[in-house]
Amino acid sequence: MQPLLDVKNLSVEFALRQGPLEAVKNVSFSLNKGERLGLVGESGAGKSVTGFSIINLISKPGYISNGSIMFEGQDLAKMPFDKMRGVRGNRISMIFQDPMMTLNPVLTIGTQMIETVMAHMDVTRKEAEEIALEKLRKVYIPSPRKRLAQYPHEFSGGMRQRIVIAISLLTDPSLIIADEPTTALDVTIQAEIMDLLLELCETDNMGLILITHDLAVVSEVTQRIAVMYAGGIVETGSTRQVTETPGHPYTQGLIAALPQSGAAGDRLTQIPGAMPSLMNMPAGCPFNPRCQHCTDICKQELPTLKENKSGILVACHHADKV
Amino acid sequence: MSTDSLVKIKNLVKHFDISGGLLDQLQMENGRITRKQTVVKAVNNVSFEIQKGETLSVVGESGCGKSTLARTVMGLYPPNSGEVHYDGQRIDCLPHRQMLPYRTKMQMVFQDPYASLNPRMTVRQIIEEPIYFHNKGISRGDAKNKLHEVMRSVGMDPEWAGNYPHEFSGGQRQRISIARALAVEPEFIVADEPIAALDVSIQAQILNLLMDAQEERNLTYLFISHDLSVVEHISTRVAVMYLGSLCELGTAKEIFSSPRHPYTRALLSAIPTLGGEKKKHIHLSGDVPTPINLPPGCVFHGRCQFANDRCREEIPLGRNLENGTLCACHAVEEGRL
Repeated sequence: MQPLLDVKNLSVEFALRQGPLEAVKNVSFSLNKGERLGLVGESGAGKSVTGFSIINLISKPGYISNGSIMFEGQDLAKMPFDKMRGVRGNRISMIFQDPMMTLNPVLTIGTQMIETVMAHMDVTRKEAEEIALEKLRKVYIPSPRKRLAQYPHEFSGGMRQRIVIAISLLTDPSLIIADEPTTALDVTIQAEIMDLLLELCETDNMGLILITHDLAVVSEVTQRIAVMYAGGIVETGSTRQVTETPGHPYTQGLIAALPQSGAAGDRLTQIPGAMPSLMNMPAGCPFNPRCQHCTDICKQELPTLKENKSGILVACHHADKV
Repeated sequence: MSTDSLVKIKNLVKHFDISGGLLDQLQMENGRITRKQTVVKAVNNVSFEIQKGETLSVVGESGCGKSTLARTVMGLYPPNSGEVHYDGQRIDCLPHRQMLPYRTKMQMVFQDPYASLNPRMTVRQIIEEPIYFHNKGISRGDAKNKLHEVMRSVGMDPEWAGNYPHEFSGGQRQRISIARALAVEPEFIVADEPIAALDVSIQAQILNLLMDAQEERNLTYLFISHDLSVVEHISTRVAVMYLGSLCELGTAKEIFSSPRHPYTRALLSAIPTLGGEKKKHIHLSGDVPTPINLPPGCVFHGRCQFANDRCREEIPLGRNLENGTLCACHAVEEGRL
């Protein structure tokens, strides 16, 4: 079966005065129809840039320098701007972190939703309104007809994010990219939004790329996971396997650093140091200065993704030992 | 038990008047001009004690008043009513000069290490400023020794003292602000979301640092956080707040293993967990009401599935349960829950 999305050797560069800065390096992953993938990493790991590059939202001085993004038979990396509009916000929708920033504060929810429908579909205003109402019901907004006439500030944070999700559903996309959709929200609302996203993906057989720094959230929602570090994928496999038996020392460190219930008061396992700046990357494996398994080869050669004994793809020279 | 308490707050109330000037307050009502004041009721009637050497965490969602509570305890906000006691002495009504000795004993670490460090000061100036301020007449050599000692104790090389905050990463900056707090040898530290702005791998470093400092210096912490798994890890006792009121207070073990208050139950069920079977989240209906118009009775009744008429009328008082947990809920008290 042909995958819904197939990203191959994607690199994204930013042209700076000091020369090109490679924010995403040679990233490959694929997503089947209805599959949910988590892109996990710390700030600066390149997870958002990867997500943005799929629908070509990289703004100058950034550009896709290499690789292909095959989606429903077309290469999005080489698609001209005007054709891209037929995909972006239509076949692929995006949900951003802060719903207050995503929604236009001076337009009613109804105006924004109807505008989106009419931009992508050949429908009358009346029909567009019906579609908007249907999607608001789908995300459990009570009394949707009344709500259409309201402005974003009249909603709570959780409701706003539901409306953003409803807008992303308007064109029945086959893929949703959610970039830290619950980071700005409280934990009870996060649970609600994640349950909603999961339910929508399952009922409509939609694909989801969930970009987040929170491993626990990813483990509850996604089937597969890709861990990013300093611009590259260091580990990818089924969510269950990666969270239970992580293969890369970085993933192992990340999971060990989470406070586990039942071990209260103990020292947490910490990864020494911090992620290197993209301007100043160490030679070889980018994780080598923080890695306890580091040897000479790690300082010279960049490891590639290889399958380890538990079937996870791991980019580490010592994948079999760690 | 009460003899060991370091900080004690009693019926603390903090309201903020947001109605603006007199002209903003005037409104036309039925043809008459009336004056109307709008008050945010951030903290309502909260009482607890913090024992020497423990970590008391306050958890709750944004807007529940946990930061306001912390700042009121520190004396950064004067309370509208209620008392704050430190080591047996009431401190909320002290004049500035008499408050000074308490300022060295109580220190605060803020959430955002980008905003809480002056960008125009070097690390040396940032850390030495409180040392000079609180130890009048201290020699330069002594201040420098102190600077080096605290920098080393937070895992920073004293060589970096001449650098500016922007030259450091978020985690390093948070170390600087912890060093600044430790520089005056405090007994009590209020940490207001100290790790919320940091990455996961850095969070563990800072939490370990806070726990080590507590052990070495016998510190008492008031820890404010919305991250429940972190709270479970580092706390001795946990206080759960909702809409300015205390719902439940008990040892971390009791709160996390057998939460009693319906809000605590919903809050804990929402924590995402790594691996294993997905838990069922308890969904609360509706949204948090505004702290301007507090609902009558129990503040949680509008979203509580166990609410009855009594909950809608009578404010529940904190009552001690058999396991020592303090819980403010009519349903728990009546045995309905």
